[in-house]
Amino acid sequence: MNIKLQTPAPDACASCPAHHIGNLLRLGVNMENWDYVVALAGNPNTGKSTVFNALTGLRQHTGNWPGKTVTRAEGGYSYGDNRYKIVDLPGTYSLLSTSMDEEVARDFILFGRPDVTVIVVDSTRLERNLNLALQVLEITDRAVLCLNLIDEARRHGLQVDERRLARDLGVPVVPTAARQDEGLQELLKAIHEVATGQFVCKPHRIKNEAPAIKRALAQLVPQLEAAFPNLPNARWVALRLLDGDQRIVKAIQNGEFGDLNAHAPVQPETNLELQLEVVS
Amino acid sequence: MTVQTGATQAILETADSLRWQIGREFHEHLMEDIYTDATHIADRAVTRPDEKPRFDLDRTIDRLVTSRIFGFPLMILLFTIVFWLTISGANVPSSWLATLLLDTIHPLLKQGAAAIGMPWWLDGFLIDGMYLATAWVVSVMLPPMAIFFPLFTLLEDFGYLPRVAFNLDNAFKKSGAHGKQALSMMMGFGCNAAGVVATRVIDSPRERLIAIITNNFALCNGRWPTQILIASIFIGGLVPAYLGGLISALSVVAIALLGVLFTFLVSWSLSRTLLKGEVSTFSLELPPYRPPRIWQTIYTSVIDRTLIVLWRAITFAMPAGAVIWLTANVTIGGTSVVEYVINFLNPLGILVGLNGVILVAYIFAIPANEIVIPTILMLTVLVTGAGGGAGAGVMFELESQADTLALFYADGWTLLTAVNLMLFSLIHNPCSTTIYTIYKETGSKKWTAVASLLPVVMGFVVTFFVAQIWRLVAGIG
Repeated sequence: MNIKLQTPAPDACASCPAHHIGNLLRLGVNMENWDYVVALAGNPNTGKSTVFNALTGLRQHTGNWPGKTVTRAEGGYSYGDNRYKIVDLPGTYSLLSTSMDEEVARDFILFGRPDVTVIVVDSTRLERNLNLALQVLEITDRAVLCLNLIDEARRHGLQVDERRLARDLGVPVVPTAARQDEGLQELLKAIHEVATGQFVCKPHRIKNEAPAIKRALAQLVPQLEAAFPNLPNARWVALRLLDGDQRIVKAIQNGEFGDLNAHAPVQPETNLELQLEVVS
Repeated sequence: MTVQTGATQAILETADSLRWQIGREFHEHLMEDIYTDATHIADRAVTRPDEKPRFDLDRTIDRLVTSRIFGFPLMILLFTIVFWLTISGANVPSSWLATLLLDTIHPLLKQGAAAIGMPWWLDGFLIDGMYLATAWVVSVMLPPMAIFFPLFTLLEDFGYLPRVAFNLDNAFKKSGAHGKQALSMMMGFGCNAAGVVATRVIDSPRERLIAIITNNFALCNGRWPTQILIASIFIGGLVPAYLGGLISALSVVAIALLGVLFTFLVSWSLSRTLLKGEVSTFSLELPPYRPPRIWQTIYTSVIDRTLIVLWRAITFAMPAGAVIWLTANVTIGGTSVVEYVINFLNPLGILVGLNGVILVAYIFAIPANEIVIPTILMLTVLVTGAGGGAGAGVMFELESQADTLALFYADGWTLLTAVNLMLFSLIHNPCSTTIYTIYKETGSKKWTAVASLLPVVMGFVVTFFVAQIWRLVAGIG
């Protein structure tokens, strides 16, 4: 038995899942055969590439040193009736400064607007890894935290309360040990639930304490929201502008933010125009 | 959706004026807020075991491999072991492959060509030119790569490379370069084109350019065979046989270390002349040691690295073999084209302690350094008229290292020629793939030209001075 696919009409995707096809195409992602786009972000050396390989069955080389994945790698898998394209972003410690790898990762999440961003963290170094996770949650509200290397944490006697973490971060948290194939089914399920809208994230947003910043935001955010009504992360864009981020300035000028469609209201799977037809 | 230019302009102006009001510590405040939240959330979620003192293997290893006293010696020892395993392990499969490809299949192909009445020039062009060049590259390159890459990848998997970067960081900083350059340099030991791409981890354009320009001083895979062969026949031959392998390995390590030294020197001078600027700081996380997954590492390094690099070498060796055969067989007034060029370059070659053949070989080898030695052998045979019936423009392998040595001596080689060949192999222009990669990465013709020409000029200067001093001391021409 083989499965034959009916390719949807090219414009069908515009109405289907939440990803924005135009920007993804511009970022070089071929979306012809995929229903959802999943981005994989994380600090270097958290086993991100191992998670990528475990999910896709590819054997991209993984190296135990920072800076391994400079450009992004792509693969895919299917779960249930959906086909997921998964994009492995460069490992970075932050999304603030502008080295090339951080920019690749940041631009993909910001402009590519993947349906789900999986943040891979090292369970044994949670505190340091959360810095990046919090920055990702500033940009996107569709994320899953993958608590990787949980086996090493256990070996070191650390206990991570993933429920507490999930409540604090407002996104699903899945403990995994990708090298041992542990927790991957749960991860796939969590990605699926966020992608299809069965789980709606309420991501944690960073509290800004300094009064000067609060005042500046109170002035700038409404302006941004008025100009770009569909911007889901106006506060974050405002912070980047205040920080003098030239890439964001450029995006404002050339209307890249204006290009972003609204998150189409997430539709249940049955509304997808894709049909799988089983041919014997 | 359209956004009025007026609105965007207003936003940017507001942001600009607000930026002046919020003060310079804004970025620090931002980072602090993130860290505070992260600490808070992590504290709530993680329960630490009761602090009990325990033996921490990772820390003990780290103390040793990054120690001020043992760090560098251990590093040199580890790499000597890797090269020694590569050199001594590659001999047997290399000669086995050579027997199969050169001594068995090549005559069969020639017989087949003769049987179907192929004209001599087509037979020479295809079989003696293209086939032999390819077969040579495969038999010389495949075994050392199949040993070197997995060993290197195992070190990488284990987590040793960041420690190397840690050890070298201080030296790079003193040279005015970025500490992460150690990582791109390590990649360069495999392949310079890969090393140039790896410089993307360096944030500052200035330091990235330094890393790109100096990457060529990391002895790449295509040049290891040259080093290994010349070291084994000339330098290993100076000592008793049982020491030969070790001494050859050590001299190759010495050349590689010289390359590292040149990396520092050139980085230092660039950062004080063409590329002045501040050194940026960065934090390098030393990852935990992880037991390498041996079989998977071998599989991926053979597929990812060995076969890809080999394939590249083959695609360049085939046309190069054809061109060499042509230039050796197209004659003007009884002398082949290539001999004209050799004779023209010979005075320059002799001046810098090399010879015309070697310089011509380096021109042919611009696409791929791997074919330097086969080309030198083939051209030397052509010039000296030795080699007994192999014919002009035919790459071949000599039966033994003694034969190779005899052939080189017949063409007037000395120990100086060998040493300078090893030096020139370290310090000359990058291969065309690397040059193209540099162009793609920098997007600048100027910097591509600097990165390509600087090493070759340096190579001539270094070999010239070595030759003059050598001749002065040895008192010979």
